[in-house]
Amino acid sequence: MSLPVPPLLTYTVRRVVQAIPIIILIMIGSFLLIKLAPGDTVDALVGDMGGADPAFIARLRAEYGLDESVMVQLWRYMLKLAQFDFGWSYVYEQPVITVLMSRIGNTMLLMASSLAMAFTFGVALGAIAARRAYSWTDNMISTLGLVFYAMPSFFLSLLLILIFSVKLGWLPVGGIRTIGAFKTGWADVADVARHLVMPTAALSLIYLAFYMRLMRTSVLEVMDLDFVRTARAKGAGGARLMFHHVMRNALLPVVTLLGLQFSTVLGGSVIVETIFSLPGIGQLAYTSVVKRDLNTLMGIIAISSIIVVIVNVVTDLVYAWLDPRIELK
Amino acid sequence: MRGMRGRLLLLGGALCVVAATAQAEEVKRGGTVVIHMVSEQGVLNPALRASTGVYQISGKIMEPLIDKTYDGYVGVLATEWSSSKDGKAITFKLREGVKWHDGKPFTCDDVAFTAMNLWKKLLNYSTTLQANLEAVDCPTPHTAVFKYSKPMPLELLVAAMPDLGHPVPKHLYEGTDILKNPYNQKPVGTGPFKFVEYKRGEYIIAERNKDYWRGKQYPYLDRVIWRFIPDKAAAAAALEAGEIHESGFNGISMEDMVRLSKDPRFDVGSKGFENNVAHSTVEFNLRNPILADIRVRQAIYHALDIDFALKTIMRGYGKPGRGPIPSTAGANYTDNVPTYAYDLDKAKALLDEAGYKPDANGIRFKLKHRPAPWGEYTQLWGEYYAQALKKIGIAVELVTNDAPGFLNGVYRDHDFDTANGWHQFRADPAVSTTVWLRSGAPVGTAWSNQFGYKSDKMDGLIDAAAAELDPAKRADLYHQVQKLEMTDLPVIFAIEHPFLAITSKKLKNHHNTPRWDSSSWYDLWLDQ
Repeated sequence: MSLPVPPLLTYTVRRVVQAIPIIILIMIGSFLLIKLAPGDTVDALVGDMGGADPAFIARLRAEYGLDESVMVQLWRYMLKLAQFDFGWSYVYEQPVITVLMSRIGNTMLLMASSLAMAFTFGVALGAIAARRAYSWTDNMISTLGLVFYAMPSFFLSLLLILIFSVKLGWLPVGGIRTIGAFKTGWADVADVARHLVMPTAALSLIYLAFYMRLMRTSVLEVMDLDFVRTARAKGAGGARLMFHHVMRNALLPVVTLLGLQFSTVLGGSVIVETIFSLPGIGQLAYTSVVKRDLNTLMGIIAISSIIVVIVNVVTDLVYAWLDPRIELK
Repeated sequence: MRGMRGRLLLLGGALCVVAATAQAEEVKRGGTVVIHMVSEQGVLNPALRASTGVYQISGKIMEPLIDKTYDGYVGVLATEWSSSKDGKAITFKLREGVKWHDGKPFTCDDVAFTAMNLWKKLLNYSTTLQANLEAVDCPTPHTAVFKYSKPMPLELLVAAMPDLGHPVPKHLYEGTDILKNPYNQKPVGTGPFKFVEYKRGEYIIAERNKDYWRGKQYPYLDRVIWRFIPDKAAAAAALEAGEIHESGFNGISMEDMVRLSKDPRFDVGSKGFENNVAHSTVEFNLRNPILADIRVRQAIYHALDIDFALKTIMRGYGKPGRGPIPSTAGANYTDNVPTYAYDLDKAKALLDEAGYKPDANGIRFKLKHRPAPWGEYTQLWGEYYAQALKKIGIAVELVTNDAPGFLNGVYRDHDFDTANGWHQFRADPAVSTTVWLRSGAPVGTAWSNQFGYKSDKMDGLIDAAAAELDPAKRADLYHQVQKLEMTDLPVIFAIEHPFLAITSKKLKNHHNTPRWDSSSWYDLWLDQ
């Protein structure tokens, strides 16, 4: 007698196994792409230093293994990666995994807070706008959404800094903590939260606009469907109709978008983290490209692709939960 | 007050008056100064990486044998220096009673170890300087004798020491893999501040060294914090919001610099960067037969309105260049060189004479130009160059890359007709002239003769100057180098400009040495 395996588990395991060749392909592709960029990390280092003599440069190259052919370098890198060794960052002079781990928390915090804010407010505002379609409220919300949507995040970031830090002095310009304050416990949490207000706002507003527009359209569409009329006929009114019948169905496309956009938020964090000097993965990716820090960059790509794969699986699971008609095969 | 007068003579202007009144005020102790850094530093050991980014931080923690002030070279970890007659032995008397931050005494052993293992073998630029160093003897614990196989001008070695003369503690480095030594990231020095913490991507903290050798009163500050803010606009906002006190080396955009210079809360200026003067250049690839013609190079020089560029790009902070040696180099500098005034007619005539007549569209020939990505100055100067050359019928195609791309394109692949970047002058002409103008550097070495310039006369002058022990004769040789460069024009040293800093007026005694951002700040205090 074989044990009944829950379909959820087999599905998840299968998806994860399928993801492995994808990640390997991403890694090989990225490695070759980065190698196509002119110059390597030694060039960048020497550029930073304002020059060095040839013996010094040759010694660095040999030490970093950059004197080998690209294919040999790729083979070595993939062998190491197979043992979950991300290598050494020559820019930070630390193992890549240490560099990544010290940053990933901040990025996750920023992404989670931004997406949560964008999703919650986007869905709520979209639903309200749809309920009052073509009214003043709807127009107001829609116009605001358009403004958020049209505002580039770097501009919004600088605008926020100008207003809330320079003019009003309410919020810190950047960073994740007040340096040298050495706060602990709840004071530390409050400090971090204060530092995250502007980056979260800058990163989330554009996505908020996305979700709002989509939710509004989606709710309007679902409201016209037969089952809503049936529900209304059997006496479901107001809140129950909205939350139980309409929202649950209208959320499907929004969840799709959320899953898809997870990776773009990761991309958007590059700009926001750089401007707010938040020590996260996005800022790290930017400096790693500039400094040709191959190992760190590859580590970031590996972590990001793993995150995106996980999010995609979770999105599919959420689908099935929202709409029982969808089967996990 | 001798130093004060020297400074006034040197620079003049309101800034000095401010500094003079500041010194009269009562010094306040304590406080934390926060400094802006644009980019991270992987290595914090100045005996391993000679770069201003490293000095800005480690200069507070580790000290050189000699530093440069407005009164000239003064001893820090060395107290006296002298040379033997033949120039092959240079003796340093070392300061007694100095302790490393971990409590161990500083002695000649540290200097000898560092000189032989780091300065001679591992430190960029220093490996060239110390190539002939054979041994460092320690006749007493506080006497170091540097032995060279060929004569070493004392003047050259002394001028190099502020940047290339930081000893490391032997007891923490001996027997280890020096490049991987953990103390490269948590430096132990003798300086006024002790390293505390380096939080990657965020900040570095150093705190007051209670046992500093200059006396119990120094340093005045409790703590120095360096904050990494990669975005220049955000850095300017942080200055305005009072979160940082200083940003050096043009850490914010010129637009913000000019705007904030009118703000009474800040001092903006180039004082304190005399040791870090750079030239904005136009570099020719002499492998291109068009550019190999001296008349074409002269025509291009005549087509550049240097004053216009100075006013619009550098906002007046700079002056026209006169060859590879800047005016801050003292006796080694001369004004007496051929110059090329802005004159479009003359430029066109020279091109006609060289046989490059304009075609139907008014174009004589095309050039591929690579502007260096070193920030605002080089980008704008590259754009100006393209516009200026259009006026004399030369079409310029701009090829923009980031740093590694630029360095490879210019220095290794020589895939350019003209390029512009900057050359930072390194205190003494010996290293700078060798690196830029002497032939024979291997292909691909950054900041080395990318022009393909080879002149036996120039090589001879550079070699003679490097071995000349008499300062007057040495200066004369460097004057000849300058004249020859301005005649041959393998590169146009168009504009000489120092870096700029913006400093909160709460800081007192700031920018009071010619390499202030790299110096130890033992006398800096905060008025709060």
